[in-house]
Amino acid sequence: MKIGTVVGTVVSTISAPVFEGRKLLLCDIVDPSGEPDGEYTIAVDAVGAGVGETVLIVDEGNGARQIVGLDTAPIRAVVVGIVDAVEG
Amino acid sequence: MQLGRVIGTVVATVKTPDLEGVKFLIVQPLDRRQEPKGRAVVAADGVHMAGPGELVYIVGSREAAQAMPNTFVPVDHAIVGIVDEVAP
Repeated sequence: MKIGTVVGTVVSTISAPVFEGRKLLLCDIVDPSGEPDGEYTIAVDAVGAGVGETVLIVDEGNGARQIVGLDTAPIRAVVVGIVDAVEG
Repeated sequence: MQLGRVIGTVVATVKTPDLEGVKFLIVQPLDRRQEPKGRAVVAADGVHMAGPGELVYIVGSREAAQAMPNTFVPVDHAIVGIVDEVAP
């Protein structure tokens, strides 16, 4: 999994059916100290995260499909947690 | 998933039978500020409505095939949504 910062939302009317009713979050990937590493991803929100929050992102298809409950979903990245703190 | 801009179409008459009816578009991947990043890819159109000039989001690897009607197809990038807006 990766740590990210939510920097925006992606609004899409025309999409694959599995995305209907789901919020898409634009997330910068960050290192453990919270600095963006230059990568980003668009992830499906599973926890109610919003802009500015630090989140936990799973970027692997099998886990993503389990979360959305659809075996054939074309989804890889899902926000699965809101990070309170990173220590160490 | 990543943002991309459709910059062209690909027509292939001779192709593996699994790809019959699949529309191919050339997509330039973008960074989150919507600047071109990396090499353009050929992506299958999973929403059947994307066209040149449009801002889309794409999914790569195994999950790309999941966006197709027949999910067991040799496709490695697929457009899964057309972006209306990226809200901050």
